[in-house]
Amino acid sequence: MPEAAVATRRLTIAEALREGIAEEMRRDPEVFLIGEDIGVEGGFGGAFGVYLGLPEEFGHERIIDTPISEKVIAGAAAGAAMLGMKPIADMQYSDFLFECMDELVNQAAKMRYMSGGKVSVPMVMRAPVGMTLRGAQHGQCPESYFIHVPGLKVVAPSDAYHAKGILKAAVRDPNPVLIFEHKLLYGSKGREAAGGMDLTAEVPEEDYTFPIGQAVIKRAGSDVTVVATHVSLYRALAAAETLTADGIECEVIDPLTLQPFDTETIFGSVRRTGRLVIVHEDTLTGGWGAEVAACVADECLDYLEAPIKRIATLDVPAPAAPVLEQRILPQEQTIVETIRRLVG
Amino acid sequence: MDAGAAHLQLETVQELYRKVALIRRFEDRVYRLFLEGEIPGTLHQYQGQEAVAAGVCSTLRIDDWITSTHRPHGHALAKGVNTSEAMAELYGKATGCCGGKGGSMHLGDPAVGMLPAIAIVAGGNTIVTGLGLAMKLRKSDQVAACFFGEGATNEGAFHEGLNFSAVEQLPIVWVCENNLYGASTPYGRVSLVPDVAERAKVYGIPSQIVDGMDAVAVREASAAAVEHARNGGGPTLLECKTYRFTGHSRSDARGYRTREEEQEWAKRDPLIVLAARLDEATVARLEAEVKAELDEAVEFARNSPDPDPATALEHVYA
Ligand SMILES: Cc1ncc(C[n+]2csc(CCOP(=O)(O)OP(=O)(O)O)c2C)c(N)n1
Repeated sequence: MPEAAVATRRLTIAEALREGIAEEMRRDPEVFLIGEDIGVEGGFGGAFGVYLGLPEEFGHERIIDTPISEKVIAGAAAGAAMLGMKPIADMQYSDFLFECMDELVNQAAKMRYMSGGKVSVPMVMRAPVGMTLRGAQHGQCPESYFIHVPGLKVVAPSDAYHAKGILKAAVRDPNPVLIFEHKLLYGSKGREAAGGMDLTAEVPEEDYTFPIGQAVIKRAGSDVTVVATHVSLYRALAAAETLTADGIECEVIDPLTLQPFDTETIFGSVRRTGRLVIVHEDTLTGGWGAEVAACVADECLDYLEAPIKRIATLDVPAPAAPVLEQRILPQEQTIVETIRRLVG
Repeated sequence: MDAGAAHLQLETVQELYRKVALIRRFEDRVYRLFLEGEIPGTLHQYQGQEAVAAGVCSTLRIDDWITSTHRPHGHALAKGVNTSEAMAELYGKATGCCGGKGGSMHLGDPAVGMLPAIAIVAGGNTIVTGLGLAMKLRKSDQVAACFFGEGATNEGAFHEGLNFSAVEQLPIVWVCENNLYGASTPYGRVSLVPDVAERAKVYGIPSQIVDGMDAVAVREASAAAVEHARNGGGPTLLECKTYRFTGHSRSDARGYRTREEEQEWAKRDPLIVLAARLDEATVARLEAEVKAELDEAVEFARNSPDPDPATALEHVYA
């Protein structure tokens, strides 16, 4: 977190991202934005309003409204990046990334390697994730598809301070970076889903970055390590509060980056607590939690006092009806009960 | 025109009015219920475009198929999805046409020839070629119609689907609803070719520009395209020029277009266009029928149970 002496204000994630993008565009004329409905006059400023106000400052030359052509969004970003520019591409919903898997997986991810290190692809792709009662094609959390691809970096910030810092680091990174943000965490609307917690954070006035590949311990504790992102992170923090009444102290970690994963921070924590719970909104099977569990089992088996537990969305597509959605999402109560059994 | 043909035509206009009114009043009610918190999720509404769905579907048989989009309410009602079950689906109820699993963006019912709507823009434009291919391989005389917006024509899927349907001469009617905007983006900003109909020609597909505010005109154009496809003549593209009266989705303030433009299109409201061909008493009777059907649908949806949470785990695999 920022030093006490630094001037800060509380921002939402949307505000912090907007500020971070504007700062990077001012700093480097090679940074540009590309996506659908991002800069149209009288429009939305992107599906979640992150770009509102930016066209007035930067104009339409650097804020490029594309046709509904995801292959072009990813392909043009990758191509411009291959010539050294620093595109920030926008996907309205992460579900639409499947429209441009070739550009991301076959092209952007592999170009450096195929060229023997001669070609860089310093692009950023932002994509919102999460279930919000919109059904099977507008509610996925596809982060885990991409951690499987060597050559891509994958980050998943959950608060304004880290969202801004990691976005700025991503723009300056010489590799393709995918940034997954949760729809319910952009503004104040997601408060309820996030357990009523304040979703704004102190953000310094001055320039800063937050390194890709570094996890953050959000709450220290000695009994169990809980690793979670996005809404699940806030549910884990709420569960940790509840569990203090049972005398259980949870150490809650926000990994922030899913590829390359900061295993050292997790290993260090598990060596202290002896227990690990991973919570994510992606479905269970093959989710990033499985990878973390495997790494910890590999390195920390002797320290483990209990089986590693994963709490995730059940292995079904997102349903539309509220009762069905609630049934499959990882709930705070499940986290509480799982940890009670683990520690008890 | 002899008396018999005139009578037939009058019946057709009444049928079309009834469908257009059903969709309009359904959508207006749904909007209110959504604002009142009875309907969860989000909405992409169809007011203004009803003549397209009503006109095209009036030329299809129940065993013909359609694919639809993120804006499917009108297509569903026009193809014959039960009004109460469509409403219940929007409520997320167990009795909905998809058991509450689909919701607004995935309305549909295979029993009446409508795949659950596909909310990925241009997603239906490749799937429909499979429907057409199955019909062709089985030598059936069915036809598939694919609804999509002008925004979809900039996806690769649009072009791949068109080309394949042409080379395989598939029994497909491509129905483009050109309502001028894809979300906030005016079509002129993302295509230098204002008429989608032009794009079909380069793939060797006959196409036609249709007044999408006039259900009778849509019906006539669609009837010819459907017959052509049914007789083995291959695909046709109909570009229906139309307008969505509402925002793109429920929270859209429509700052990207002018109120004057909206007023101009409102004069060509598909209900007004049809009502001009009917007498007042007929219109009143049809509206009363529609109202009764919708009262029943809302009651049905309200009184239906939520899905059993356990059903969340069903239907992933057979
Ligand atoms: C592949 C894909 N990209 C983007 C979206 C987000 N989106 C939903 S509707 C829409 C605009 C679609 O415009 P158009 O096809 O003309 O249909 P209309 O909304 O006008 O009915 C967009 C961009 C999506 N659902 N799928």
